[in-house]
Amino acid sequence: MATTEPSGVAAPAAGAVFLNRFRRNVPGRIGAVLILLLIGVAFAAPLIAPQGFDAQDLSKMRHAPSADHWFGTDRYGRDVFDRVIWGSRIALRVALIVVAIQLAVGVSLGLLAGYFGGWVDRIISGLVDLVWAFPPLVLALGLIAALGPGLENVIIAIAITSWAPFARVTRAKTMSLRQRDYVEAGIAIGERQGAILLRYILPGVVAPNLVLATLTVPAAILTTSALSFLGLGAQPPSPDWRAIRNDGRDSMRDAWWISVFPGLALVATVAAFNFVGDALRDALDPREDS
Amino acid sequence: MLGRLVWRLVLSAPVILGVSVIAFGILHLTPGDPVDAILGARASEAQKLAMRAELGLDRSFPAQYATWLGNVLTGDFGTSLMTRMPVLDTIGARVPYTLQLTLSAFAISILLGIPLGVFAATHQNGLGDHLTMGGVMLLYSTPEFWLAMVLVLVFAMGLGWLPVSGARSWQHLVLPALALGLPEVGAVARLMRAEMLATLRDEYVLTARAKGLGPLHITYRHVLRNAAVPVVTWLFLALPWLIGGAVIIENIFAWPGMGQLFFQAILRKDFPVIQGLLLLIALLTVLSNILGDIAAGAIDPRIREGR
Repeated sequence: MATTEPSGVAAPAAGAVFLNRFRRNVPGRIGAVLILLLIGVAFAAPLIAPQGFDAQDLSKMRHAPSADHWFGTDRYGRDVFDRVIWGSRIALRVALIVVAIQLAVGVSLGLLAGYFGGWVDRIISGLVDLVWAFPPLVLALGLIAALGPGLENVIIAIAITSWAPFARVTRAKTMSLRQRDYVEAGIAIGERQGAILLRYILPGVVAPNLVLATLTVPAAILTTSALSFLGLGAQPPSPDWRAIRNDGRDSMRDAWWISVFPGLALVATVAAFNFVGDALRDALDPREDS
Repeated sequence: MLGRLVWRLVLSAPVILGVSVIAFGILHLTPGDPVDAILGARASEAQKLAMRAELGLDRSFPAQYATWLGNVLTGDFGTSLMTRMPVLDTIGARVPYTLQLTLSAFAISILLGIPLGVFAATHQNGLGDHLTMGGVMLLYSTPEFWLAMVLVLVFAMGLGWLPVSGARSWQHLVLPALALGLPEVGAVARLMRAEMLATLRDEYVLTARAKGLGPLHITYRHVLRNAAVPVVTWLFLALPWLIGGAVIIENIFAWPGMGQLFFQAILRKDFPVIQGLLLLIALLTVLSNILGDIAAGAIDPRIREGR
């Protein structure tokens, strides 16, 4: 990790090499296409499924998949395909909010710890060790026990329990960047500390954090889905891919489509992020050339 | 080795202390009065007062924490609000089930993951490699609860081979262990493949080739053993994750382990049990992280810590 070149100081050629390598990675490309598709579907939901996710048709309860209802209907006669389409918005929103919090908290604490060292580092590293001492899902459940159920609380709980890897990576990277000549030069010409941190060091920690983020998005989506499945997350009638499935749990025997299709959407999304994360990591890893 | 374990535990003392503050203090994050949350809005004033006294909420936070920690150190984790039994006994009754489940899941992930990883590595960049790793990645991306439901749908409801839920026989263990272990096959196989590839580039492999040893001999006698180091480390690091997964799986299959207890305690706002479980699971996590480091050092002297 410490040997990857920071993107901020990398020559343009390195960027081209990176893109080339990423493009050669077939699973990575498939993943990228799937993520773009997910974003497209989330934005176009009102066009693809104009009736919305909650339109009930009680004359068509639990209909198997057909030409009219590709993914069948649930126990209220709602179209499962429409709900999967609208559910993409929830998956995407969870991913974006969680990553934003993880990055904001993790990167800023990591920067501070790595740059200032000393007692600042000791306190922040202590916090990281503390969070690291709990399995994320278990701590998140504990927090939800206190905060109460709901999608917002789930997002807060997951963000609180998962910023530590970002702080660790950023801290290590910052410590090595701080020794670089261009940073020393910046300090020598009298740049303020804020400027050193934001303009000299921050660009250098972007790449490893980006890779980490593509790999924590699937973890965040999986944890949220697990919590929602337990009934602690998104509440009905939300078209959350997991909430649908929790509904589906009762009707598994005679209406498998209610739970299977949203689950497939979930697997595809998580796999897409994993593929892209792997490809990014490989493309940024200089060892691969040997 | 025992000395190193004790020393690492001593070094972890601040973390363990901090963990205990979090485990205990989580009750106080409840918006409003925790007693209202536990008893509901219709409880009488007298009931509330009694509950407040039982949980020690009538005193300051540091005083409550000190009492709790003192009791915990003597093995008294308080009384469960659900079972009215000591928290430690309530948890203790569940531990064997979670142990069975997680160990079976580990066995599945290793028995399938290592051969798949070795296969992919020895066929690097071939069709077999891509198909294996693609499939393994899909498994790795599958949420346990969804896998659990599909397994139930196919093997319990569809084919009728295995029971849907419960814990009365070994057949009851099969589906939960698969649901928990199969996604981890992905983790093991990916790790194994990466390590095999890295090890194959090492100089001693070149030496072995130069000595005229056959590829099979090199793969199994030289490479496999070295590549297995991270898998052993992974076992320990993955344990806390599996316990997290067990919360979900145990609830789906009505498997009476710690995960099911944890979820019940959350629904019933049984804070003494929640606090006890959080503390014990965190201790287990710290311990397994340390054991992972030590195990890696024991197998591979090169990564043994200095001094």
